[in-house]
Amino acid sequence: MHEIRPQGRISFVRRVLSGDNMAQTVAFICATLILVITAALVFELWVHSALSREKFGFHFLATSTWDPVAGNFGALPFIYGTVVTSALALLIAVPFGVGAAIFLAELAPPKLSDAMTFLIELLAAVPSVIIGLIGFLVLVPLLSAVVPPIKDLFGDHPPFFFSGPFYGTSILAACLVLSVMIAPYIISVSREVLLAVPKDLREAALALGATRWETTWQVVVPHARRGIMGSVFLALARALGETMAVTMVVGGTPKITGSLLSAGDSMASVIASQLTEAVGNMYISSLIEVGLVLFGISIVLNAAARLMILATGTQETSR
Amino acid sequence: MSPDAINDVPKDAEAPPKPAAAGDSPKLRSTGLNFYYGAFQALHGISLDVHANKVTAFIGPSGCGKSTFLRTLNRMNETIKGTRAEGAVLLDNENILEMEVSHLRRRVGMVFQRPNPFPKSIFDNIAYGPRINGMGNRGDMAERVERSLRRAALWEEVKDKLHKSAFDLSGGQQQRLCIARALAVDPEVLLLDEPCSALDPIATAKIEELLFHIKNNCTVVIVTHNMQQAARIADNTGFFLMGKLMEFDTAEVIFKTPKVKATEDYITGRFG
Amino acid sequence: MKLSFRRKAVNAVMLALTGVCTVVAVGLLFFVLGYLFVQGGFSLSWDFFTKLPVPVGEMGGGMANALLGSAKVVLLATCIGVPIGFLAGVYLAEYAGGAYASVIRFVTDLLNGIPSIVIGIFVYTMVVARYGFSTYSGGIALGIMMIPIALRSTEEFLRSVPGALREGAMALGATKSRTIATVVVPAAMRGLISGMMLNLARVSGETAPLLFTAFGNQFWSPGWAQPTATLPAMIYAYAVSPYPDWHRQAWAAGFVLLTMVLFINITARSIVASGSSHKSR
Repeated sequence: MHEIRPQGRISFVRRVLSGDNMAQTVAFICATLILVITAALVFELWVHSALSREKFGFHFLATSTWDPVAGNFGALPFIYGTVVTSALALLIAVPFGVGAAIFLAELAPPKLSDAMTFLIELLAAVPSVIIGLIGFLVLVPLLSAVVPPIKDLFGDHPPFFFSGPFYGTSILAACLVLSVMIAPYIISVSREVLLAVPKDLREAALALGATRWETTWQVVVPHARRGIMGSVFLALARALGETMAVTMVVGGTPKITGSLLSAGDSMASVIASQLTEAVGNMYISSLIEVGLVLFGISIVLNAAARLMILATGTQETSR
Repeated sequence: MSPDAINDVPKDAEAPPKPAAAGDSPKLRSTGLNFYYGAFQALHGISLDVHANKVTAFIGPSGCGKSTFLRTLNRMNETIKGTRAEGAVLLDNENILEMEVSHLRRRVGMVFQRPNPFPKSIFDNIAYGPRINGMGNRGDMAERVERSLRRAALWEEVKDKLHKSAFDLSGGQQQRLCIARALAVDPEVLLLDEPCSALDPIATAKIEELLFHIKNNCTVVIVTHNMQQAARIADNTGFFLMGKLMEFDTAEVIFKTPKVKATEDYITGRFG
Repeated sequence: MKLSFRRKAVNAVMLALTGVCTVVAVGLLFFVLGYLFVQGGFSLSWDFFTKLPVPVGEMGGGMANALLGSAKVVLLATCIGVPIGFLAGVYLAEYAGGAYASVIRFVTDLLNGIPSIVIGIFVYTMVVARYGFSTYSGGIALGIMMIPIALRSTEEFLRSVPGALREGAMALGATKSRTIATVVVPAAMRGLISGMMLNLARVSGETAPLLFTAFGNQFWSPGWAQPTATLPAMIYAYAVSPYPDWHRQAWAAGFVLLTMVLFINITARSIVASGSSHKSR
């Protein structure tokens, strides 16, 4: 509406050099750089997987042969490995995590709760390779000692998921290690969500004669349901991308059996263990395509999580 | 609120009304200022003169536009998106709407409703304005800080703790610190937007007294919802209602013998 | 109405179970710390910090090159990731509006959620495939990982600075960028530094992207253009090897890495905590 003409004692040159516009431009460039980097990433993944994409098409996702020698590549074992280890890790971590979150939010005195939460959040900061170190040098030998006797209990016909030879490194070990890594996220976020539930709800239930547990389980937790789901998504996203700890304990074998005791592989770990040794463009291209699939899954998960958060928003306003 | 009040035509709607005690040419002159928040017109044709070295007060009920008008005088409204001003506001015959805004704000300072000291030491708070405007060198700064603190009647209370955090001060002291901070750049005009509304009566009295001294080398414009305060300290007063300037005259006239019925209704407490 | 025995029992049992879950969770941390300390602490020696790795089968040696390599890679990552993330965060918090800001935020979250190994692939195809394994490619990979977190933390802490401070500075004649630099950023400094430290701690423990960028090196890696050993990568390689002496060194390295990461974490959190207790009235 009113153009700025340089009257007053500030000269035009000084105004430009004061860099107000320049600062904004630099900041803008940095923000845009993020778009550029992400676009470049997608581009590179797409282009460098072209060889295997063209050869195998969508069968890549459904084939379970991974044979570098013959040049036949199928990602199914890794997709299976990733899905199974993540799902089972969630199965373990969610009850434990929500349980701990309930204790920390509802039962523990505030100072104790804060202190314990602080410690649990530190667990989240432990690098993956260190969990893998303990996993490989401690957990795997432990499992080797403990699992065979349990398996023997089943005699000649163990359930399918507990069958087959066991050498320590296995899907089971990977699930355990993953659950350790994702539990802190579930605990931390769920605790915050539970703490945010208004006091009146609890008081109303207690006043009606409900026990502490009934109040928590039937009133507080359902109210916090969406937030807890959000923490599960967060944990799942973390599990998907988890590389080192899984690589070190899963056994690196591209096969699908129904058993927890067999070795396996995940998308992230096959890339980690084979990319630098891969020889031949088709091999490398296939590994990169696995990376592309992993990328795609993480995007979908991210989008789903965001949609859920949006849904929480609309649910809140509709009340 | 009196049903007739809206229809009262402000006296001399076209020419800027001259208070009876007019002397020199006005420091600030607004001619037909319209102001819009997006599509909503908040100010309608405001025309008035603010005279140098006098205290001019704007009064009126909540939402009448007095703060909006005040913030137009140093173009602080521009920090809000979608605002637009039409007309002219002259500072010593230069249109502020066409001036370089940083330069304008050095000449026309502002103190806000709630004290907003920076999380820095008392000294650095006061020195901030001069430093960024390139005023004075390091040697002069201590002197400049002392001068500003004296003008804001705060020097004696803080002279021994200039390097302590500004947050160690009480509310009233923080507000005087903000006044000192604004004065440190030697502004020609000082705008105050309800500066005492968050303060107790004693702190308020201290600020009113220092304003009385400041006006000797500075022009003071103050928005207040406290009529007694305006009556105490103002030389000239403008009464705003629904975005229009209903009456502008000396404080004596406004508070004792207002010429516009709406003004009288407001003064006597029939609304607002 | 008296509570039935069943309800009371359920109550007691379930609540006790939640306590058990918590104890397990906290216990895990102590287990990890404790085990590393016992296995690794006693393996630490002056040699570990000063000597190079010895060939397979020989005893002794250390990880001096890995320590230096990690330092270099993380330093480069910080120099890339923090400025870009910080300035982008400034843009989102202070300048941008509406649509574009939402796009940037969305893409940033996307980038944040991408598994680190995929970022490694990206740097591998763009840089390593052309120029070979190098320290700087490792720095780039980790730097890219630092950007989203730097951006989010910057935006969050800048937004927490009250608008009244900005108004105060602008009313004194400060331009927008001057206001940001001299008032807003200093006001948010505690949080910004804390965020940067947490970011750094996270990235120092990252292994996957380094496997095909910095790769590894038995010897010193002069300059930036050669592959280099890094602490996490050494831990990985040594842990899965069949040599007990290498395992011992892996424990030691793990202990050093974990101590550093936890130390930075705890320091970063205490900076923010102590700041908020001195909040303004």
